[in-house]
Amino acid sequence: MSKTLYDKIWNEHLVHEQIDGTSLLFVDRHLIHEVTSPQAFEGLRNTNRKVRQPNLTLAVVDHNIPTTDRSKGIDDEESRIQVETLEKNCKDFGIKLFGMTDKRQGIVHIVGPEQGFTQPGTVIVCGDSHTATHGAFGSLAFGIGTSEVEHVLATQTLVQKKAKNFRINVNGKLALGVTSKDVILQIIGKIGTAGGTGSVIEYAGTLISNLSVEQRMTICNMTIEGGARAGLIQPDEKIFNYLKGRPMSPKNENWDKALNYWSNLKTDNDAEFDKEINLNGKDIIPMVTWGTSPEDVIPINGKIPNPENESNLDKKNSIIRSLKYMGLKPDTAVKDIKIDKVFIGSCTNGRIEDLREAAKILKEKKKASHVHAMVVPGSGLVKEQAEQEGLDKIFINSGFEWREPGCSMCLAMNADKLKPEERCASTSNRNFEGRQGRGGRTHLVSPGMAAAAAISGNLDDVRKYNN
Amino acid sequence: MKKFTSLKSIPAYLPIVNIDTDMIIPKQFLKTIKRTGLGKNLFYEMRYDNDGKVIENFVLNKKPYNNSNILIAGNNFGCGSSREHAPWALLDFGITCVISTSYADIFYNNCFKNGILPIVLDEDKIKELSEYSNRQEEILVDLKDEKITYGNNEVSFKIDPFKKKCLMEGLDDIALSLEKSDKIKSFEDKLKIKKPWLFNDQS
Ligand code: SF4
Repeated sequence: MSKTLYDKIWNEHLVHEQIDGTSLLFVDRHLIHEVTSPQAFEGLRNTNRKVRQPNLTLAVVDHNIPTTDRSKGIDDEESRIQVETLEKNCKDFGIKLFGMTDKRQGIVHIVGPEQGFTQPGTVIVCGDSHTATHGAFGSLAFGIGTSEVEHVLATQTLVQKKAKNFRINVNGKLALGVTSKDVILQIIGKIGTAGGTGSVIEYAGTLISNLSVEQRMTICNMTIEGGARAGLIQPDEKIFNYLKGRPMSPKNENWDKALNYWSNLKTDNDAEFDKEINLNGKDIIPMVTWGTSPEDVIPINGKIPNPENESNLDKKNSIIRSLKYMGLKPDTAVKDIKIDKVFIGSCTNGRIEDLREAAKILKEKKKASHVHAMVVPGSGLVKEQAEQEGLDKIFINSGFEWREPGCSMCLAMNADKLKPEERCASTSNRNFEGRQGRGGRTHLVSPGMAAAAAISGNLDDVRKYNN
Repeated sequence: MKKFTSLKSIPAYLPIVNIDTDMIIPKQFLKTIKRTGLGKNLFYEMRYDNDGKVIENFVLNKKPYNNSNILIAGNNFGCGSSREHAPWALLDFGITCVISTSYADIFYNNCFKNGILPIVLDEDKIKELSEYSNRQEEILVDLKDEKITYGNNEVSFKIDPFKKKCLMEGLDDIALSLEKSDKIKSFEDKLKIKKPWLFNDQS
C-alpha cells in the first residue's frame, strides 16, 4: 500500500505494537534542556534506572540563561540551580552538554540542526513543543512532557499512538518581503490552533521546496501552534548540502550510506491523506497577530477585528477578552499601532538568515527613538557568523542591543521581559497572555517586519523598506 | 502514580477557549526542579493581581470551587508549551479530572502520566455540566464505565483502553516498557547494522 513519509518513518521505528495500536517507538535523537529535564533525572535516580543510550542524547542550556555578559554567572538563584542541576545530571549520566560558556550553546532547536545532530528519517524528541522545527529535515520530531523525557532516557523509546496524515500544499511564489513566517501565520490563521490536533502535517508543493533550509525550519517550528503533533518536509539536496560536514553529521562511508537512505525518504505519489488543504503563495502578504492566540492573524494592511461582527457568542467573547488584554480598539488600522519593543530571535527566527533579513531592512537606518530593540542570536555559532558578516554593526548602528544566545524574551524566563502593557513586535512564536512578561502585549511578525516596526515605531509593512 | 477510578465533586467552570499551558502555570514557576508545590501558582495571573493579592472573584479562589477536583473548560485546553508543570500544578491544586471539547496532544498525554483524567465531550454537554457548576452540585465521574452522572442524567465518554488501564491501576509505564528490553535490544542491534551513522559519528 502507498505510504506517506510519516507512515514510513513510523514503521521504521516500531519496536513493538499492541493490538490496540499503542506502540513503542524507537527514538534516534533526544535533545534535553535545563527546564524540562530535572524531574526526569530525579525519577531515574529514585528508581535506580540508567540512561540507556547516553550517546543519542544531547543537552543544552537555553531557556533560563541570561543574554548579557555570561562571565559573571547567573544572578537568579533558581535559574542557576536549574543550570547546575543539568550540568550535574549530564556528568553523572554521561550525556554531552553545551554549557553556558560553550560557543556551540544556543536554543536547542537551532543547535540540533547546526551540529548535524538532526538528521532525515530519524525520530527526534525533546521536552519542548517546538521540537517540530526539526521536521524541516524530514524527521519525525515532536515535543514531549517530562515523564516522557524520563521514559526516553530509561528506554530510548516512547509509547505512542499513530497520528493522522494531514498535507498542506503550498504552490506559487512569494512576493518580495514575504517570508515563510507569513506562510505559517497564514496557515495557522486558516486551520486554527486546534486545526492540526491529532495529526502530523506534511508541507509540500513547489513553494515549500523552493524555500531555504532555514525558512523551512520556521514553518515546521510553528506547526505546534496549529495543534499538530509534528510537521515535516521531504528532505532534498538542500538538506543534504546543509548537513554535509557538520560536526555530528555522518562521515566517510557512513555519509554515503546515509545519503542513500535519505534520498529515498518521500511520500508515495498516490499515498492518501486524511486531510489536505492548498494555498498559493501569491495570496500571502506580510502578516501580524493582533490577539492572544497565534490564530489571531491579520494582514499588515488590515484592521483589528470587531467583535460585533462575530455571531458565535464564545468567539465573540474571546475577541473581546483578547482586545482588552491587548489594549486595542476594534477597527483600528494595524499600521496605526504604536510599539514599545522589538525582539528579534527565538527558535522560530533566530537563525543567520533571519538576522540577515532584518539587517537588510535596518541598514543605514535608525530605530524610532521611543522603541527599545534587541537581537538575540539563536546560538553562539549564529552570533559568530553574524559578526563575521558585520550584521552586529548594522543592528548596533540602528540602535539595537546585540545579545548573547538563548530563548530570552520568547518566553521571558530570564531577565528579558515586557513590562505590563508594553507592546512588542516579536519574531517569536507565541502571543499568549503573559508569554513575554505579565501584562505584556505581543505581535508576532517576521524578522523583516520586526525591523520595519523598529524603524517606523509602529507596526508597518516591510515592503515599504524593501527597495 | 495514584490510581483513578471514580470521582465525585462540584466542578469548577472556566469558560475560556484555548487555555494555554502558559496560562495554567506561567514560566516563572518553571524554575523548580521538583514536581510538587505548584498548586498555589495554578492560573497565577488570573488568580492574583499585580501585587500578588488574591483576586476574589476568580472561580478557583471562590468557595466551593477552591476545593473542586474537576475542571470544566473551553475548547482546545492545554495548548502551547509542552511543560508538564501544567498537569503537575493542576494535580497539586487537587484537580484530577478535566472536561473540555478538545485538548492539545502533548498536554493530553501528560495528564495520563500524572493520574489526571482528561475527558472529551461535545459542547452542548459541556454547557449542561457547567450548570451543575453554577448551581454548586456534584457530578460523578466513573472511569470504569466511562460515564459521568449528573442529577438524573448520564453521559458517556471514550478513553483509550490502554490509557484507561494505566490510570485505573496507577501503572508506571517506564516499568512496562522496560519489560520489553529484549525487543529494544534486538531493534538496536539491527539498527546498528542498517543505519550505522546514527551511532558512530558523535564527535
Ligand atoms: S526560543 Fe522560545 S519557543 Fe523556542 S525553545 Fe526557546 S522558549 Fe521555546
